[in-house]
Amino acid sequence: MSKENIFRTLAVNSPKELLFGYAPKPVNCGFDLTIGNGTVFPEVNFTLPTMNVDAATWPEVVAHYEEMATNILKRAVAMKVPGIVLEFEQLPQMTQTPEWGAEITALLERHLKQAYEKYGLKGACRCTPADIRGPAGVKGVKPVMRHGELWEKLNRSFDLCIQAGADLMSIESIGGKEVHDEGLMYGDVRAIVFGMASLSCRDMKWLWSQISEKCEKSGHTVPAGDTACGFANTSMVLAYQKLLPDVVAAVDRAMAGARTLKAVENGAKGPSKDCGYENPIVKAVSGIPISQEGKAATCAHFSHVGNISASMCDLWSNESVQNVRLLSGNAPEAYTELLAYDVRLMNIANSHKQGHIFQSWMVESDQNVSAIGTILTPEAVFAIGKAIVAKDTDYARTIAAGQAAIDIIQASVDKKNLTLGKKELQWLERLHKEFANLPKDENELAEEIVGTLGHLFEPESYGLKVAVAAR
Amino acid sequence: MPDLKQLHTAIVDGDAKKAVEVTKAALAEGAKPLDLIQGYMIPAMDAVGKLFEEEEYFVPELLLSGRAMRGAFDLIRPLMVAQGVEPTGRVVIGTIQGDLHDIGKNLVAAMLEGAGFEVYDLGADVKPEAFVDTVKTKNCNIVAMSAMLTVTMPKMKTTIEALKAAGLRDKVKVMVGGAPISQAYCDEIGADAFSDTASGAATQARDIMVAHKVGAQFAEKGDKTLAGLAAAGKGAK
Repeated sequence: MSKENIFRTLAVNSPKELLFGYAPKPVNCGFDLTIGNGTVFPEVNFTLPTMNVDAATWPEVVAHYEEMATNILKRAVAMKVPGIVLEFEQLPQMTQTPEWGAEITALLERHLKQAYEKYGLKGACRCTPADIRGPAGVKGVKPVMRHGELWEKLNRSFDLCIQAGADLMSIESIGGKEVHDEGLMYGDVRAIVFGMASLSCRDMKWLWSQISEKCEKSGHTVPAGDTACGFANTSMVLAYQKLLPDVVAAVDRAMAGARTLKAVENGAKGPSKDCGYENPIVKAVSGIPISQEGKAATCAHFSHVGNISASMCDLWSNESVQNVRLLSGNAPEAYTELLAYDVRLMNIANSHKQGHIFQSWMVESDQNVSAIGTILTPEAVFAIGKAIVAKDTDYARTIAAGQAAIDIIQASVDKKNLTLGKKELQWLERLHKEFANLPKDENELAEEIVGTLGHLFEPESYGLKVAVAAR
Repeated sequence: MPDLKQLHTAIVDGDAKKAVEVTKAALAEGAKPLDLIQGYMIPAMDAVGKLFEEEEYFVPELLLSGRAMRGAFDLIRPLMVAQGVEPTGRVVIGTIQGDLHDIGKNLVAAMLEGAGFEVYDLGADVKPEAFVDTVKTKNCNIVAMSAMLTVTMPKMKTTIEALKAAGLRDKVKVMVGGAPISQAYCDEIGADAFSDTASGAATQARDIMVAHKVGAQFAEKGDKTLAGLAAAGKGAK
């Protein structure tokens, strides 16, 4: 395994250096595409309509991907986009049968190559196998993360997709989610922190050191990055539905920044994955380019941060859209045009040296609508990033990110910029107290959580040693 | 005898320790289990449900109240069983085969437990056969399925067909939910009830059981028409 590279300083000197299209460490990939070097590109993410995915329907599945790739690239050429990323987010069945995922990867690469050769369209394919380890969510079964048939299939999926020519490799990894989910459901802040800081960070280190090594060996595939989709997106979507406090989701998001950064510390080069709304924190710390989704992702889910999420992006994504017919054409093609218009505006703004003005509108329009918006401004992510790099351990860094978010939200409330309801304010007060009472020693929290939620997870699955007495 | 209002308050506040403590003391003093349930516990959960609907409670408060209710109920259950009293209903729940998104299903399961149901949670990626086996072995009244992906939702229909093949379809009601699921899809696959919220699912399950029990009473009296009408009541076809 390659050596971990812990960030001790930020990659930018001020929040002003965080702007869409620009990343301190651009990435070259695919068909002559450079991401983060002053231009924002669309990243189109697409999926199947309602259908079974099995051996009997596989020819139909392949036909859908042929159709989607053809239509998306046709629209991209018509819209004269400066380049494009196609994201192939695998369905679990496609990782369970790794040859299927590889077949679609090769199909997309073929389309991108043709478009490059015929039209000069720069492009890349991001391949995202499904994290099928576990098994996840099976009642009474503790997930097994580091060995077993499911891990072997996932591992083989990475290998075959790299062989099939994937330009960018990503995953939405789920290690620690079993405890984090329980924490969210019962408002158990200590479980949320432990799931993110102790379990997930360990899993990220273990997983990404291997993904990065495979990619490096290929000489072609770029280890792109992860996302806390299963963590902070769960809390964000629940908060949007008023099922969870917005302030909890915001603090969870900030902590996810420390967690998603682990991929980069273990070899990922970017662009980090679209649904990681914590990515601006990762960009501030590491300098890698990031993909983001927002207002153009309403085909997949709603949020309060549709504009601000574009303010520091390098790729602009629609998250996921089904191949269904609309009046204009099929949905993936329609969303390609939508994204193309969005990035055209951003690139025009930058070309006139007015990117910061456009960015300020994106930020201002969302920052005081929700607590999540409040912690996603360039100033806020810069402050959260600084809090992360000031600490030494993943545990301390994750907590520091959460504490920074609490302080940012409180300051915004005190200045009467952000208005929170009575219940939200009670939760904010509770978060202050809970964070103040978190043990300094990670082992202390580990022993406590093994005692209370040990039925949900196996410490050894995360390489975590917990005192036997506590178990 | 302790002040039984404390049981109500403990459940509303989500204080499981207090709820158990008061229930223990009340039972020791000879309180009747059914009085505790009907007089304090169910009204407390109704109050919690109202607070949730009015957005005064988030899910954590709701589930902590459910946990307090369960803590108290666990003490009462053996006494009820001894008296031949049945639970509100028995539900087998799971996220459908091929789908790993389970937090919505977990919310529904927790709310059903809080509402007094006996819940058999099979987790995520559940095969149709597993639903069928659990209905058989646990004598379930309701099968509840969730799906988050458009490519896994067809497995709901497969599961319903498996229930039919096993001769169990008429014995259970089937509830479906999840981001891509709609009432139209519920109707299309022949499910009985759909909800787009976790609390709505728990309410529907309760309605199903009320209709089921009323139907059974009419059937016992030999009135097949009313029995059929009751079984087709609110929340179920």
